[in-house]
Amino acid sequence: MNPIYASRRRVDIVIRFLCLGAAIFGVTWLALILFTLFYNGLAGLTLQVFTQNTPPPGSADGGLLNAIVGSIIMTAIGVGVGAPIGLFAGTYLAEYGRNDRLTSLIRFINDILLSAPSIIIGLFVYGAVVVPMGGFSAFAGALALAVIVIPVVVRTTEDMLLLVPNPLREAASALGLPRSLVIRRVAYRAARAGLITGVLLATARVAGETAPLLFTALSNQFFSLDMTKTMANLPVTINNFVQSPYDYWKQLAWTGALLITLTVLTLNIGARLLGAERTKS
Amino acid sequence: MAVQGDAMEAAGPYDRAKALSAFKFGDKAFYWVTRCSALAVLLILGGIILSLIVGAWPAMKEFGFSFLLTQRWAPANDPPVLGALGPIYGTMVTSIIAMTIAIPVGIGIAIFLTELCPQWLRRPIGIAVELLAGIPSIIYGMWGFFVLGPFLANTFQPFMIRIFEGVPVLGAIFGGPPSYLSLFNAALILAIMVLPFITAISVDVFKTVPPVLKEAAYGVGCTTWEVVRNVVIPYTRVGVIGGIMLALGRALGETMAVTFIIGNSFRISGSIFAPGTTISAAIASEFAESDGLHQSGLILLGLLLFVLTFMVLSAARLMLMRLEKKAGK
Repeated sequence: MNPIYASRRRVDIVIRFLCLGAAIFGVTWLALILFTLFYNGLAGLTLQVFTQNTPPPGSADGGLLNAIVGSIIMTAIGVGVGAPIGLFAGTYLAEYGRNDRLTSLIRFINDILLSAPSIIIGLFVYGAVVVPMGGFSAFAGALALAVIVIPVVVRTTEDMLLLVPNPLREAASALGLPRSLVIRRVAYRAARAGLITGVLLATARVAGETAPLLFTALSNQFFSLDMTKTMANLPVTINNFVQSPYDYWKQLAWTGALLITLTVLTLNIGARLLGAERTKS
Repeated sequence: MAVQGDAMEAAGPYDRAKALSAFKFGDKAFYWVTRCSALAVLLILGGIILSLIVGAWPAMKEFGFSFLLTQRWAPANDPPVLGALGPIYGTMVTSIIAMTIAIPVGIGIAIFLTELCPQWLRRPIGIAVELLAGIPSIIYGMWGFFVLGPFLANTFQPFMIRIFEGVPVLGAIFGGPPSYLSLFNAALILAIMVLPFITAISVDVFKTVPPVLKEAAYGVGCTTWEVVRNVVIPYTRVGVIGGIMLALGRALGETMAVTFIIGNSFRISGSIFAPGTTISAAIASEFAESDGLHQSGLILLGLLLFVLTFMVLSAARLMLMRLEKKAGK
């Protein structure tokens, strides 16, 4: 064979193997992380984890009840506050201001907020809420999460509404429906699966967020439902337990990490399934 | 609608003007609710910048530009001495190492997924990569702390130290005793974390290449690699760079994945196997127990990080927008 052809083929084969190697490398990390997580997390997954509060120092007895409840409360409030704002903002971008200057500015800023370091959001809420209120509180933690939810929901809402075909809107308008009803009754309905997907993805994103809670909600060793006080939550509890000297606490940290990961993966897969259903129909 | 109209008439005398004005009011209200929500996005950005500047002001006044050039970090001193050089150095070094590992591997996976992989394997690997992107960063941090750190300190680090012992510059970079907590360990965790971002965006932009272009190249006898190098990459260059910058933005600001494993040492040491700190790790580990000037200094670090990531992310978005425009035409 012509030597040029041979060398071209050799290069091609080498590169192919390198790409295959890269793919194996990437998937191996995922497998390793998930394996360790399940191996260590399942070992400590007992009923006690769900029925008892976090243990006092030195004790080898206790669970994660207060942290789980706190995480659920703060995530729920964060999504409850952030998702509607995000939905409405996305609606404005897609429906009212589609070709506006303002819209492109907001879209740009939103994309930056979407990938801004979450610890900065924590600092922001610390300065804007914790300092004026005079102390760490679960309320501040929930707000920090809401600030993270908003850009995610804005982005997906806008994308999904832009996919709704215009003739649907035109038909509704031709019947004499006012604009807001066209949006609420027609556009939202057509994009419903996509909108829910966005909210699910946002929930998955904040469920494991740690950095913004470190100095907003802090943590609490006891069970508390008081939104104006510090509240235990899974991520910060994991953060504290990982660096603790007690084996039992480390075990609890692994179990908590497994719970968070399972929640996040379930939400992500749910969002994907919903999205797949939408494209099929 | 007809049914509704009947129901309305049955309910009482139908007042057209009243119904219309109710419609009008609802319409206006909805418009303003959405518009205000959209403006809230701008407000959040403004709030972030404002609160960071207000919080950082005392430290800015006290240290001025020397903050950027001082290595010493002694918040307990009286008066405190605070310098950002250590965290800035750590942030740069970890991000550079992480990107050096993640860029070739991430793009390699993307090429594998779009050009080489059998069709049936594409979806599972694609989904696996995206799930990897969804795992919360504290899980990476924890795994790095318990598993990767000890592993590297016992195998990889001694190996590298032995190889480069006595070599002039490299000997210093890979020098020192092996350590569970080091810049290199943190960088490797960061690389694993940003890998899925680079891959996902690269796959997306590789898909924007018109098949006709690739087919033409294959038609004149190009190998797969030649098609990728001469058609796919030139066509998508801006998008790939945008994706890389986006990943860099993540790496610069990532907190939980590095805090456990970096050692939180403000001293700058030439070796990448020595402990260090990053801006975000410094804030995460010290902020809750800080007050006064120390706290203000940490907020100033946060402001620096925000400015840095803001610039990187805007550059990334502008590049990706340019590619979208091209794809739209």
